[in-house]
Amino acid sequence: MNYLGRRLVRAILLLVGVSALCFAFTEMAPGSFFDEMRLNPQISPATITSLEEHYGLNQPLFVRYERWMQAAAHGDFGYSIAYNTPVAPLLWSRAKNTLLLTIVAMLLAWLISVPLGVWAAAQHGRMLDKMTGVTSSLFLAVPEVVFAVALLAIVVRWRILPFGGMKSADFDGLSTWARFWDVAGHMLLPVLILALADGTIIFRHVRASVLEALEAPFVRASRSFGISRTRLLFRHVLPVAAGPAISLFGFSLAGLISGSLLVEVVCGWPGLGPLILDATLSRDFYLVIGGLIFSALFMIVGNLIADIMLVVADPRIRAGVPDAP
Amino acid sequence: MRLKTFLLLAALVALHLILLFAGFVAPYDPAAQDRELPYAPPTGLHFKDASGWHLRPFIYAQTIAPDGYVENTSRSFPIHLFVRASSYRVMGIIQTNWHLFGVAGPARITLFGTDGFGRDEFSRVLYGGQVSVAAGVAATLIALLVGSTFGMLAGFFGDWADESLMGTTELFLCLPWLYFLLGMRAFLPLQVSALKTFFLVTCVIGLIGWARPARLVRGVVLSARSRNYVLAARGFGASNFYLLRRHILPELSGILLTQATVLVPRYIAAEVTLSFFGLGVSEPIASWGNMLSTLQQYSVLVSYAWMLAPMGALVITSVIYSLLADTLHSQLKFHSS
Repeated sequence: MNYLGRRLVRAILLLVGVSALCFAFTEMAPGSFFDEMRLNPQISPATITSLEEHYGLNQPLFVRYERWMQAAAHGDFGYSIAYNTPVAPLLWSRAKNTLLLTIVAMLLAWLISVPLGVWAAAQHGRMLDKMTGVTSSLFLAVPEVVFAVALLAIVVRWRILPFGGMKSADFDGLSTWARFWDVAGHMLLPVLILALADGTIIFRHVRASVLEALEAPFVRASRSFGISRTRLLFRHVLPVAAGPAISLFGFSLAGLISGSLLVEVVCGWPGLGPLILDATLSRDFYLVIGGLIFSALFMIVGNLIADIMLVVADPRIRAGVPDAP
Repeated sequence: MRLKTFLLLAALVALHLILLFAGFVAPYDPAAQDRELPYAPPTGLHFKDASGWHLRPFIYAQTIAPDGYVENTSRSFPIHLFVRASSYRVMGIIQTNWHLFGVAGPARITLFGTDGFGRDEFSRVLYGGQVSVAAGVAATLIALLVGSTFGMLAGFFGDWADESLMGTTELFLCLPWLYFLLGMRAFLPLQVSALKTFFLVTCVIGLIGWARPARLVRGVVLSARSRNYVLAARGFGASNFYLLRRHILPELSGILLTQATVLVPRYIAAEVTLSFFGLGVSEPIASWGNMLSTLQQYSVLVSYAWMLAPMGALVITSVIYSLLADTLHSQLKFHSS
């Protein structure tokens, strides 16, 4: 428990650090949301000053940070200037779409990659293992932008799947069942891109850790006792190989919000990604900070969950063995 | 194994030489527009005409017809090697007008087609590669420099230096990097000159990425500082600086080299992503990212497949780098065990 307690304290410190870093950057920023208004002769400087006062932008950095921290502790992440609403509900309404996308993609990636990785490791050195190895390293080398744009190009060119956005134009007129299939169809392309990119990494890690466990001395000893290959693999090797996979699962959880930004923008999925990109371009600072904190929160909580799962799964960490992973 | 590494290194050097001498390899200026030829498809290389086969390939001039481009077969334009055309500067210094290949006007040889302004896509891929790869390499240098400095300090001095520096790396590692990149970019001026944006983007990418190399370097330093020869040197009265420079730094060469091959393609992709979003290097300077950003229009994506050319270049670069990283990694493991 001591270990988890330290992790928790560290997680909170990290969140404070991220928010402080964000505010430090806003201070360095030369531009402001009202820059364009300043160029407009119909808006008087007094209006802009009063607007700045209204949004509290004329306060010094530390005052703003302190007020923001106090509000954030109560779940209030400030006010979006461009959308003219509080940031938190806005973020949450978009984050729901993002989570829908990423959770489905994550499940798909794990369900396919883990059995495939174990299988490839058990087949080590044979033709099929080598083929999957080469394919996965090629996939790993290709940047995500390329994946996304190439798949989108294929889909748009041959009209295989619905693309662009999340719903068809006639969505409101559809029955519940038809709505479900409509969203599922629109989701297929971004989910495929995400699952392909993540699945490759998971596959490589699972294969490597199973392979390492298969070659461990205790496995060789067990084999010499006459334990069958299947029992050896499932009873003795997999629990040992689970450690790195659990850490990786934490990373998967951590990336639930932030991992899909690129794919969302490319596919036009109405998630957090396009929102933050627009906020970036229009310099809507509190929205950007809110998005950053929100995704950092997922990052930190995801890693924390991985730590907890590791403690549950690995007795070495519980006992505080010094060379435990 | 040796041969594979050698071939990969040769491919890497060739790639960078081509990009370095983009002005020579590219037949046209990357910003030269031809409004008569928007979205022209790649010119076909021909070897056979009415009079029979030719050893020297030739092209036909393209003209717009009601349903796309047609080749005007009445006159052929042979491709010549080493021709004089538009002038450019080699590495920004030597002014010259020699090009690797070209055709006589009015025909234009567009190997990868043209974009919406009739600019030669092939030349733009080469010039864009200069920008994107330079950004990736420069960002890697920054990340490795900062990372190895902090990693060495943390690993060598331990105690509170280690605690605080590793705490900071954890902070940077748990940042969602693309969001953070966007965020940092948001807090910097939007409209600045292309050169400034280039430096900005490089610094932002490099400064976000320093944490991972720092951790790796720290690990190596931690094991290196308790080696017997380091302890012996310390016993002879060697200063900390001498130990770091003479005994610790050489130990790092392997890991830094591997990290460089891992990071460069990743940072090239980061620059491409930022420019793709319109936050990186902007027009009229070409970069693979801002060339790809026209593909955000579905009409371009569907009708003009040759606009995907920068993606091909990006994939080739990434694959070469990552294959090299794999071989380096396995050789390093082989050496250390």
